[in-house]
Amino acid sequence: MLLPSILYFIRPSSVGFVENGLVHLCVCTRVTRNLNMEKLRNGYLFPEIAMRELEHMKKYPTAKVISLGIGDTTEPIPDVVTSSMANHARRLSTVEGYRGYGAEQGNKALRKAIAETLYGDLPIKDTEIFVSDGSQCDISRLQLLLGSNVTIAVQDPTFPAYIDSSVIIGQTGDFQDETGKYQNIEYMPCRPQNNFFPDLTTTATTDVIFICSPNNPTGHAASRKQLEQLVEFARANGSIIIFDSAYAAYVTDDSPRSIFEIPGAREVAIEISSFSKFAGFTGVRLGWTVVPDELLFSNGFPVIKDFNRIVCTCFNGASSVAQAGGLACLSSDGLMAVQSVVDYYKENAKILGDTFTSLGLDVYGGINAPYAWVHFPGMKSWDVFTELLEKTHIITVPGCGFGPGGEEHIRVSAFGHRECILEASRRLKSLLS
Amino acid sequence: MYSLMSSSPSISSSSSSFLGQTHFDSRNPNARLPTKDSWICKCVATPPTETTAHTTKVSRNANMAKLQAGYLFPEIARRRSAHMLKYPDGQVISLGIGDTTEPIPEVITFGMAKKAHALSTLEGYSGYGAEQGEKQLRAAIASTYYGDLSLEESDIFVSDGAKSDISRLQVMFGSNVTMAVQDPSYPAYVDSSVILGQTGQFQKDVEKYRKIEYMKCNPENGFFPDLSTVSRTDIIFFCSPNNPTGNAATREQLTRLVQFAKDNGSILVYDSAYAMYISDDSPRSIFEIPGAKEVAIEVSSFSKYAGFTGVRLGWTVVPKELLYSDGFPVAKDFNRIVCTTFNGASNISQAGGLACLSPEGLEAMHKVVGFYQENTNIIMETFTSLGFSVYGGKNAPYVWVHFPGQSSWDVFSEILEKTHVVTTPGSGFGPAGDGFIRVSAFGHRGNVLEACKRFKQLYK
Repeated sequence: MLLPSILYFIRPSSVGFVENGLVHLCVCTRVTRNLNMEKLRNGYLFPEIAMRELEHMKKYPTAKVISLGIGDTTEPIPDVVTSSMANHARRLSTVEGYRGYGAEQGNKALRKAIAETLYGDLPIKDTEIFVSDGSQCDISRLQLLLGSNVTIAVQDPTFPAYIDSSVIIGQTGDFQDETGKYQNIEYMPCRPQNNFFPDLTTTATTDVIFICSPNNPTGHAASRKQLEQLVEFARANGSIIIFDSAYAAYVTDDSPRSIFEIPGAREVAIEISSFSKFAGFTGVRLGWTVVPDELLFSNGFPVIKDFNRIVCTCFNGASSVAQAGGLACLSSDGLMAVQSVVDYYKENAKILGDTFTSLGLDVYGGINAPYAWVHFPGMKSWDVFTELLEKTHIITVPGCGFGPGGEEHIRVSAFGHRECILEASRRLKSLLS
Repeated sequence: MYSLMSSSPSISSSSSSFLGQTHFDSRNPNARLPTKDSWICKCVATPPTETTAHTTKVSRNANMAKLQAGYLFPEIARRRSAHMLKYPDGQVISLGIGDTTEPIPEVITFGMAKKAHALSTLEGYSGYGAEQGEKQLRAAIASTYYGDLSLEESDIFVSDGAKSDISRLQVMFGSNVTMAVQDPSYPAYVDSSVILGQTGQFQKDVEKYRKIEYMKCNPENGFFPDLSTVSRTDIIFFCSPNNPTGNAATREQLTRLVQFAKDNGSILVYDSAYAMYISDDSPRSIFEIPGAKEVAIEVSSFSKYAGFTGVRLGWTVVPKELLYSDGFPVAKDFNRIVCTTFNGASNISQAGGLACLSPEGLEAMHKVVGFYQENTNIIMETFTSLGFSVYGGKNAPYVWVHFPGQSSWDVFSEILEKTHVVTTPGSGFGPAGDGFIRVSAFGHRGNVLEACKRFKQLYK
């Protein structure tokens, strides 16, 4: 019996669908889909970009597509780091070198190295550092910790994981098509006009404030003054700042690299960070979160205790091999080596920034971050994305993917082989001059 | 307004219900603590120049407050460390936390080392991987473990381990679902449920959280729940071979379980992390049962097969046929969760996983599993010879020993004190675990033999 190739209900608890010409009849469970999942608009941004890239490559199989979209590192990891990981792996085959479960909070030596090497003279203890398999996971673990009854504020535009994880956990209301925003989230516009930092005098109080600096996608690094205002704001309102410092290694000037450079931050802030863009660990998976002992819930209960419980219950530690790599990154040879890769990407960012500037476009970021944030006034960002892709075979990211405040902008990421960056610049100059 | 006097160093460890289970950090001057011998708080006025600590105005997540004490295994680790401090020459043997001890076969670590080195080359460098896992690995898992069960690469989601996946599944399900667990069971199912807000408060008298359906598994019912007495819940967590009881459900039992889930419109989350330890013909995957694809998700892990407890690699199978009540495929939501709250398992661990599933790797894993199985036999024989009722062991690396009428924490403590062997008290896995001790079979052969010698001395 031929059936139309659409989903339909043939009895209250069954669904039929046609795939490859075969009819499948499935029985539905009686489990209600999580309403929070239903609230999510579209897929997560970066898989969308990846899909578009694939489609484009199928359409133009001979075109040399250059990916300045997803912020994926491209340069090999320095040998000093990978040898350490390889050695650790090999030692797992020996009786003396074998290790099973590690501490869920991370290898002690690595925690110490992060505290001493990356936080230097800031009073961050190794016990306040929780090693993870990356910021994306930590953001969700923090949301799990906070629960559904907190309100959040995010920059607009912002890295989408803060918003999406908030929706999933149930902190938000519905998405409103007219505004491009979820109800119950406080969006803090970050524009050239306000120096890409929220105007805190017009920002409503929320329990949690997500701030990313240097910023993804705008590339702006908050100044000391701006962060002092933020910490003061959080103290006055009793809020918790979640400070994403994943791009701290890209800071060129004297902008703070950690929220904990600001006095008083220990009582109001959590900091998340990552080896991804610092050491090319996007696939290796390693990051960390700092939860200071002094950070307390309203009833005086230390946040660190609950985060520890989350980490012990919902996680089982970052891979010991990745952690060995992390430790190598923080040796003096390792630091020098990974910093030179960071410098390479920074040079890429400069080339791209200069290219857009020479074309008369307003370009932001690029100095303290591996992203250039380019303004295309009056144009829809998905249209610009599509046109750039069609005409130059360059993948970027449409600014509205980061929030309504990203409209009219394109994010161009500076991760790529130098020749690809130069070629991309050439193509952009041809198209846009 | 008063603040605390300098904290007395000894808050009685037989802590009061005044403090509850949480011990206030003595650095928090806003906390109120009793003096050692009385409940009266001696309060001192704050000198005006002293600043009180800042608290945020963020309410603590009420779900976190519901949790009783810490997660089980860090607690065992703490007791072990405390014991080792107390008896520095004690030669403690750890048969507590199920942590693998034997080196990983070289064919597998070679795969990981090779990948690590490749990351330093232009051709070999890779950045972000697919969040669902490397295609080759997904395909290898599908063909190795689900080959004749018509599950495909696209049904497999590679993870950093079952524990993380359990929480990701819970995040996906949300707070408005009810769940059932075996009693006793691996604590992560219950604890993640509490954290997500699916449960009510803990009831101290019965040692259960409200709103969770606990399905008793004991010798009387052959460690399989009497489904006729189980209320309907949205989600049913089932682990087989079971941690902690070691029991592997039969085909007939799982057929009834699948039917039960079908009749109730429930989703079965089936934990098959110990499937390779099965020595008889018990099913290794829930998908061996007809109809399971429409009711079940399967969670598994390389931890206990390949010694990957520190390397971190596992997978979850979500069949396309599994649908919510509105017809929406569960796999679509799980995919969204994986893309948003996760960023893929480490590419080096995945290279290791691929090596595990090569013919040489599979053979090597079987050897290591065989080694632990022999440990299990030794432990089982020991306790049996001492006259104990012993369960599990045949199909799992855990031996479940009955100490009728005794508190399992007391037995745990006695064994630790008198033999310096760490085990795990059954009540840590649920109220029906009381009266039992879980002895894990992961250990160097010498340690397992020595532990058994000590058991024989204690209980002869």
